[in-house]
Amino acid sequence: MVDHLGEFEELMLTMVAILDQEAYGNAIVQAVKDQLDRNVNLSAVHITLYRLQDKGLVTSEMGGATTNRGGRRKRFFRITNAGKRKLNELQEQRLKLWKMLPELKFVVR
Amino acid sequence: MSNPSSQRHPPRLAARFLHWFLRDDLAEEVSGDLWEHYQQKFHAAGRLRANLGYWYQVLNYLRPFAIRSFVISFFMGMFKQNLKISFRHLRRKASLTWINLGGLALGMMATLLIALWIHDEFTYNRQFKHHDRIAMTMQNQQFGDHIRTWNSQAMQLAPALRDQYGRYFDEVVTTSYSGRHQFSWQDKKIIRSGNFAEPGIVNLLSLHLLAGDATALQDPTSILVSTTTAKAIFGDEDPLGQPMSIDNRMQVKVAGIYEDLPYNSSFNEWTFIAPWELLSTTENYRDRVGWGNSWFQVLVLLRSGIGLEEASSAIRNVKKNNIEAEYAARTQPQIFLHPMPKWRLYGQFKEGINTGGRIQYLRTFALIGLFILLLACINFMNLSTAQAETRAREVGIRKTIGSRKNQLVGQFLSESFLTVILSFVLAMLLIRLCLPLFNQVTDKQVQLPWGSPFFWLISACFILITTMLAGSYPAFYLSSFRPIRVLGALKKPKGIFSLRRVLVTLQFAVSVAMMIGTLVIIRQINYAKDRPVGYTQDNIITVPIKSPEIMKHYEAVKRDLLQTGAVQAVAASDVKMTSTYTTNSGFYWEGKDPDFSEEFRTLRATYGFGDLVEWQMVEGRDFSEEYGTDSLAFILNETAVKYMNLEHPINTRVQWGRDEDARQFHVIGVVKDMITTSPFEEVHPMIYVLHYGSFIHYLNIRLRPESGAHQALTAIEQVVNHYDPDNLFEYQFFDQEYARKFSDEEKLVKITSYFALLTLFISCIGLLGITTLVLEQRRKEIGMRKILGASQQQLWLLLSSEFLGLVVIACFLAVPISYYYMHSWLQHFNYHTLLSWWIFSLAGLAVVAITLITVSIQTLRAAWQHPVQSLQSN
Repeated sequence: MVDHLGEFEELMLTMVAILDQEAYGNAIVQAVKDQLDRNVNLSAVHITLYRLQDKGLVTSEMGGATTNRGGRRKRFFRITNAGKRKLNELQEQRLKLWKMLPELKFVVR
Repeated sequence: MSNPSSQRHPPRLAARFLHWFLRDDLAEEVSGDLWEHYQQKFHAAGRLRANLGYWYQVLNYLRPFAIRSFVISFFMGMFKQNLKISFRHLRRKASLTWINLGGLALGMMATLLIALWIHDEFTYNRQFKHHDRIAMTMQNQQFGDHIRTWNSQAMQLAPALRDQYGRYFDEVVTTSYSGRHQFSWQDKKIIRSGNFAEPGIVNLLSLHLLAGDATALQDPTSILVSTTTAKAIFGDEDPLGQPMSIDNRMQVKVAGIYEDLPYNSSFNEWTFIAPWELLSTTENYRDRVGWGNSWFQVLVLLRSGIGLEEASSAIRNVKKNNIEAEYAARTQPQIFLHPMPKWRLYGQFKEGINTGGRIQYLRTFALIGLFILLLACINFMNLSTAQAETRAREVGIRKTIGSRKNQLVGQFLSESFLTVILSFVLAMLLIRLCLPLFNQVTDKQVQLPWGSPFFWLISACFILITTMLAGSYPAFYLSSFRPIRVLGALKKPKGIFSLRRVLVTLQFAVSVAMMIGTLVIIRQINYAKDRPVGYTQDNIITVPIKSPEIMKHYEAVKRDLLQTGAVQAVAASDVKMTSTYTTNSGFYWEGKDPDFSEEFRTLRATYGFGDLVEWQMVEGRDFSEEYGTDSLAFILNETAVKYMNLEHPINTRVQWGRDEDARQFHVIGVVKDMITTSPFEEVHPMIYVLHYGSFIHYLNIRLRPESGAHQALTAIEQVVNHYDPDNLFEYQFFDQEYARKFSDEEKLVKITSYFALLTLFISCIGLLGITTLVLEQRRKEIGMRKILGASQQQLWLLLSSEFLGLVVIACFLAVPISYYYMHSWLQHFNYHTLLSWWIFSLAGLAVVAITLITVSIQTLRAAWQHPVQSLQSN
């Protein structure tokens, strides 16, 4: 059983799943910025990705060298089956709770 | 991304730093990601933003997960190693280490103490909310050829200011001077000092009321008391509404309690505030006190937006316009404002112009503090380099074995860091020990600001700077040696040494100057103390008269006192003989220049006063009951005779007052000049006159020397309490009162002498350091000289004379500077000693002697050393 995921961990896990084959550090930072208009630190992203890897929710492998990164290779992260299960589980939990809410109306006072 | 040729390089230093600390397995991807990020940022926001962003991101990777493990252990290991070696090194040369540590610690302590003192002085009077708008009214008046400046005013001034210049002020407040008054509540009697003031004082001081009503002072039977006073009188009971009496004459009830006013302010004696109206009614001021009686203080709170200068020049003639033309023409009174922040530090006026004051002492001591710190740092540097010289070989060996330059720099820096830290801790301990003494000498309540981050920031900066100063020379200079050169013959780097000599000379110049200063101050005090006072002070006490009953039964009181057997003589007076600050004018005599604006000190006393203080008549006779006419008689002092330009003073007629108030007096005697005010001032023209009325405030009682003081005082207390059972008995000894006049100067002597000793000590440490260093280098030379037949005396003379030369130069530097400085200091006193040459030579000789002793410790050792030891190659 994988233990509880933090908000940022969950975000990273989701992003890895979304970016599928193209999930590496800087791409995730960009995607978060584009989709959620939120600035995140590269170092924070890295730490979290490695923590997710330790938990067995993602795996990673090095890609080929490219010229536009000063010749450095990328580390691509990919979601594992455990990771997918975790995402599903989270979604179900949230739905369950959502349904328990009394009618969510914005009242003009 | 765009094509590779348009790629920009991120800051190389940051990239190198990143690679240095980043774990290898992360390096590839992280630097790649950062690179990409940098390119995007560069295009979006430009170079500067991108560079800053890159640095930010790099620093963000300084997290445990990303750092190589060896980086951590490398730092810890290097530091531990350095510390260990430093400790060993410090222990090996224990005595030098202690001198070094002690010197630096003492310097830090002295500087810190001075800094605390100065900080305290600069925050004086600044804790009040409106302190920048509060001012005191002062007046300049013409007396003879001089302009006198007073801070006292007539009670008519405040109403005039309010009526005619109200637009400048939020508050104009008349207050009494702080005085001691007795409170009686139930059976309890207690004496506290405080003031009578108009209601506006609450707003002016932005008084913080803890209980009660801020408008209380408008009711003349209400009083505000400070928390301490409330506690002292009422203990744990609720003070509000409690009825009590002041001096058994005024009935009041407590209407409010305010937070104690700050101790470092001019209001620290205001432990209660009673309504001005109450005092004025009780004392019947309205009927008897006019514009001519400047007995009170008038404080103002400027309206915000009004400049002090503007208000000050507007009210200049307020007094002049409200008094008689003749009085105005004679005294030319000018009113002006003195702002609150300047009361303490700029309190001196000469001929109507502000001439500074305490600020001069502050500047001097700030300079001394900086100097001491500088001296301590210089010494520390000198000593550490002196030791480092002898370690050149160690450096060579270390380098040969493979030590890198950086490691050596780290080693030397951590050594000096360790010493500085230790001396800082030592300095803190010393300050904790010395603070009570320091507070006692300076009469302050200074605390170390443990809780202030600013203090720690300054301390940290100071530690770093000293470390760099002291450690930089050995660290960077020695570590750059080439092993082959160091391990071969040692070369003398000459330039540094001559600089060092200049520094040592400078140090000694400062110490000599400070010693001269201390000697001059001591001499000035003794000079004033030795000044003949002209009357006796032994075994005389003054007892303040607190009840009219005593003067009503004066003859009975006197008889009873004499009957105790412990009392030799009794006489009453209006002021104490040791401080006759009452001045009067309005005297007319034959031959007086009508334009002459005169001012006399006056003392009113009963029969027998002259015998009691044993004054000496020069001409004529003392007051005597045998003549019925003496109630209209004057006795003058010699200065008054000269002042009035009288050739035959006896029987001169003098009129006091004008028109219907005028009374005719005649001079019956002339008495020798006596010191009745400050022993540093010239004697003022003085008039003694008989008086038995309401002006009398003190009983002067001369005790029989053969009866013990304690018994005599008990007997006197019984008599006084018999006639005045409601008030507490108080007394003061003449000689103690007089001795108190020197307290400011004695304080100064204590402080300067402590600091003079400190500078001398620190300078000696410096000298010791440089001697050790030079002798170390001339070891072989000394050995050769001995072999060739030099005697020990010759060697000692040869080696010592060089250092003596420096000190002699220092003396010659110090003399003119201290002469100039002390000469101007002495000008503050009308009665002052002269700067005689022996003071300078004494200070010089003392310093030369001390130098010789310090140097001889080292030179004698070198001279005694067996040549075999020094010539042997080590």
